[in-house]
Amino acid sequence: MAGVLQRTPTTPARAGVAPRRPPRRRAHVAVFVAPFFVAFALFFLAPIGYAIHQSFFRLTSSGLGLTEPVLEFAGLGNYVTALTDGAFLASIGRVLLFSLIEVPTMVACALALALLLDSARARFRAFFRVSFFLPYGVPGVIASLLWGFLYVPQTSPLIDVLAAAGLPHDFLGPDTILLSIANISTWQFAGYNMLVLIAGLQAIPQELYEAARVDGASETRIAWHVKIPLVRAPLILITVFTLIGTLQLFVEPLILKPLTTAVNSDYTPNLAAYNQAFGQANIHLASAEATLIAVMAFVISFGFLRLVNRKGNRAW
Amino acid sequence: MVTRIRPATVVVLALLFAAAGYFLLPVVWVVIAATKSTADLFGTFGLWSPDPQLGANLDRLFGTGDGLFGRWILNSFLYAGLGALVATLLSAGAGYAMAKYPFRGREALFNLVLAGVLVPSTVLALPTYLIFSEVGMTGTFWSVLLPSMVSPFGVYLARIQAHAAIPDALLESARLDGAGEYRIFFRIALKIMSPALVTIFLFQFIGIWNNYFLPLVMLSDQQLYPVTLGLALWNSQTFRDPAFFELTVTGAAVSALLLVLTMASLQRFWRAGLTAGSVKG
Repeated sequence: MAGVLQRTPTTPARAGVAPRRPPRRRAHVAVFVAPFFVAFALFFLAPIGYAIHQSFFRLTSSGLGLTEPVLEFAGLGNYVTALTDGAFLASIGRVLLFSLIEVPTMVACALALALLLDSARARFRAFFRVSFFLPYGVPGVIASLLWGFLYVPQTSPLIDVLAAAGLPHDFLGPDTILLSIANISTWQFAGYNMLVLIAGLQAIPQELYEAARVDGASETRIAWHVKIPLVRAPLILITVFTLIGTLQLFVEPLILKPLTTAVNSDYTPNLAAYNQAFGQANIHLASAEATLIAVMAFVISFGFLRLVNRKGNRAW
Repeated sequence: MVTRIRPATVVVLALLFAAAGYFLLPVVWVVIAATKSTADLFGTFGLWSPDPQLGANLDRLFGTGDGLFGRWILNSFLYAGLGALVATLLSAGAGYAMAKYPFRGREALFNLVLAGVLVPSTVLALPTYLIFSEVGMTGTFWSVLLPSMVSPFGVYLARIQAHAAIPDALLESARLDGAGEYRIFFRIALKIMSPALVTIFLFQFIGIWNNYFLPLVMLSDQQLYPVTLGLALWNSQTFRDPAFFELTVTGAAVSALLLVLTMASLQRFWRAGLTAGSVKG
């Protein structure tokens, strides 16, 4: 993770001038750094710490529930409860399956769009760039509402067309719902990820292409052998962010839930935690589940980064 | 430029147009649907509006519940605008100091920030709610605004930009001319870092605008809702009263177009910092 930046070299002393130690910099540093880190501590670290703390406690009511429930130390009890809960385990399995579908789809789409737009044959680049990127500005809730209308037979022109052509058109059944959710995610972020890759492609010196063309390489070969290896770092970056995003799946199933019986209230780990906190009013179990989700995202993304960094030069 | 149309060009353009069709379809559908009555929404082909009545729909949209929708739009702009502005300033200060002043514990702090980049806002929403309820601040405007002011990714971008674009010699000569550290930061550093700062602002703005989980757990008063929460509320009412379909669809069209316009006009700023995350220092 470290090593993104080289250490700032100290300014070499100019001839005839003694190297000046800047006077009393400590105070300035504090003034520049403190505002962010105070906010970071209050609204970032504290919630995480508090959730971890809460996850080790539980409320128990004695006997007939006539007395006030007592807060007691639960150790790993909440974690055991979460990890032995079939529905929660199923939700973890579901997002892992979703990652397996969504991450390759997303990376392939973003890469294909970037290479198409960057190819020498493309025209109307500005129009395409804006249209691919537009969905990124549509909030997940609204994207899910829109696709929801396109998935429901009563309002969907897609289903009219597919049904007329005699093709399958059930978007909300138990077998297709995950793909329908994956489609919403791809629609939202493929254009954004494409822009990240395009910016990387534009950093490649044009001479490389010229040299390849002089050697008689076709555009396809240039794309495969020159462009893709050179955008390795941004590719890894979008893979990691997509991976983390898929494990956090929340809004799309929440909005699609009323439209289909295939989505229940603990369809994804985040939905399960939300349901524990606000449906069951069990913040201790919800905290344990939220902590598990965060740990899972960390382990998987770091594992992936280690894997790709071992295979070649560091990406980060 | 070669003007002959080659088969390869035709293939590339066909693929690009197909992709554009896919990405624009839901937006086109919602704009057309926003001109329909509820009966037409369910009774006519989705990409054709036989009897447009956009004006009436807009009147209803902005008139329902005492102008509730306009209030939601305003709230969204306030949360996103103020939050992104403060986040950008905090990130600029911290990023600049971490790039330009060596101090003990700097790398450890920076690694903490990098770890923060990998924590998605969804994970934070629930614990943030718990901690705000400890101090009795849930349900307030602040409960959504304050957490939105922290952007670890912003600090990361600001540090990279300050490191790459501000030469130490420039700072030294400004010091020799007698400029104080704060003056150097506000007069020189912020100007040089401005491309990255615009990027940080836009990222954070869209991030806050799109964040649904945090306001969902924090707010109960409809007057404080951002537009995302408001539309989801209306959408959940459609089973009670089909008239809400029309409100939801028209509202979604208006808010989507609003962002489309904003983004189209800010497009040229966007490309500056996009790869900053993948460049080796």
